[in-house]
Amino acid sequence: MTHPLIDRETRTPARTGSTVEFRGLHRAFGSTTALDGLDLAIGPGELVALLGPSGCGKTTALRIVAGFERPDRGEVLVDGADVTRVPAHRRDTGMVFQSYSLFPHLTAVDNVAFGLRMSGVGGAARRARAAGLLELVGLPEHAARFPHQLSGGQQQRVALARALALRPRVLLLDEPLSALDAQVRLTLREEIRRLQQELGITTLFVTHDQEEALSIADRVAVMRAGRLEQCAPPAELYARPATAFVAEFVGVMSRIPGRAGPDGGTVSVLGRTLPVDGTLPGDGEAAGEAGEVDVLVRPEAVEVLADGDGTSRIVSATFLGATTRLTVRLAGGSDVLADVPAHTAAALPVGVTATVRLPDRPVLVARRRGGNSGGRP
Amino acid sequence: MARLSGARYGRAAVWLAAGAYFLVPLACAVAFSVEDPRKGVDFEAYTGMFGADGFTGSLVLTVKVGAATVALVLVLLLPALITVRLTAPRLRTLVELVCLLPLVVPAMALVAGISAVLRWGPDHFAGTPLFDAFVGLQNPDFPGVLVLAYTLMALPLAYRTLDAGLAAIDLRVLVEAARACRASWPRTLVHVVLPNLRGALLNTAFLTLALVFGEYTVAAILGYQPFAVWIVVISGSQAQMSVAASMIGLLVTWVLLLVLAATGRARRTKETS
Repeated sequence: MTHPLIDRETRTPARTGSTVEFRGLHRAFGSTTALDGLDLAIGPGELVALLGPSGCGKTTALRIVAGFERPDRGEVLVDGADVTRVPAHRRDTGMVFQSYSLFPHLTAVDNVAFGLRMSGVGGAARRARAAGLLELVGLPEHAARFPHQLSGGQQQRVALARALALRPRVLLLDEPLSALDAQVRLTLREEIRRLQQELGITTLFVTHDQEEALSIADRVAVMRAGRLEQCAPPAELYARPATAFVAEFVGVMSRIPGRAGPDGGTVSVLGRTLPVDGTLPGDGEAAGEAGEVDVLVRPEAVEVLADGDGTSRIVSATFLGATTRLTVRLAGGSDVLADVPAHTAAALPVGVTATVRLPDRPVLVARRRGGNSGGRP
Repeated sequence: MARLSGARYGRAAVWLAAGAYFLVPLACAVAFSVEDPRKGVDFEAYTGMFGADGFTGSLVLTVKVGAATVALVLVLLLPALITVRLTAPRLRTLVELVCLLPLVVPAMALVAGISAVLRWGPDHFAGTPLFDAFVGLQNPDFPGVLVLAYTLMALPLAYRTLDAGLAAIDLRVLVEAARACRASWPRTLVHVVLPNLRGALLNTAFLTLALVFGEYTVAAILGYQPFAVWIVVISGSQAQMSVAASMIGLLVTWVLLLVLAATGRARRTKETS
């Protein structure tokens, strides 16, 4: 797609995008610590999703880049230059907010043109450019409407156009989709990704929705209690989580009690011995000594067979469309989640005894956690 | 059905009673102002008012003091309320308390305090620049002391309307959105905050003006003659004209109110078209 806003130079993301770097960011609000030494580097033209539970500091990190918050310690670098003391309106960032943030007294096109007006771009030029941007987000016919005449999805599109109007060095998205309904959310997030790639603009996307993060980001940075747990491409994050927290926060993970082998390279679980795939940091001693450990498994990796002599029992089933998610209670009392194809689920009704098997593949191991209650739904 | 029409009669009775309560005194006042024992009806009180002694002077004084009061109230209160909302929400109760305080201070007490200060100040500061300030405050062409007193008295009204206006918009998000669009603080205020507070600003201005136009106690005791004081002063010699002037004042206030309501409505219809 060719577009007046995407000139030849901006087509090569690596040449135009800026870098953003967090160095040891600390920020506390009273007794609450929002950021506790955050370090993160974002490459030019990259879309990085900041993912984490609420209160993990992801929005604070974003607001520090925008200039709406000051860190207590640490610095933010854009293109290698420290911007920590630069006021918000000179930061050269574009931002889309979680709540609808269009100026109620201005039409859609005037909203988009607002930044250009503040930068002293002439009336005709800025209207033309704003109209072009509205076209880019698919709303050319809504230019004359006021925000209250637009749907939530349309408002966020206009807000996106407004954020892009000044060709910012960094685009900041603060949960821009969380107020929208499911269908609009899906289409708009794909559109954000398309635009971001076309414009090659470095983007930080804050979300608490892991599916959203995994589906559009180049890399996902998982945060917890003001620190970075892991920053990796979505596939790697899912397959090789660096910490037990990441493993259980991203996707669904069940814990099955096992016993680490004497050499530390194997673990015996569910009656068989499997190689250990990775040792989670902080869990080293757990895997290093012959002791009680938990084996972390994804539901799609668990196999369930109806077996009259089995020691496990199916306690619930949730229909998910193509698959059915079974909750299986093991002999030891812990629950394991298993995804089975919908057509085989008919042979596994709730209440029957069954055998749970793991494939012959290396598994993730974490230190045994007290009060094991199985997977996170 | 019977109950429905019963409710209708009840409503009509309330309307009638309320209407009579407001309109009968007004009608009597109008009747009094145009009554002439010899000719029957005479509008001389209205036509002669504009040429009457002191009419123009008192009106101009009131308008000047009113405009200055509106300006001072907004300049004082708006930045304070915005700052409190954005940076120190905990101070809101304190600001509210301070702004509502004048409600419990009677105008008499206020003016007694002001006169005491005005008497004491010049003696105490004789020979210093503050002496000139005290004299300047009491300049009969533009009594700054009235502006200060009216600003105090208008604070509770202005606080309520402005605070309601600020509560109706998502101030923080609008300000941050404007800042992200490269608007400096002053431009954020002028181009984003003020346009979205238009209704509240108009309301504040109107209420403040209404207060200044009707205030008697402070002005009279301090010895100035704005419109309200002039009406009372002439009532001794020209009772009919005094009532006529009150009627005109009332009419102007109503017209202002209607204009205010109409601007709000016109804006809304424009947006939905």
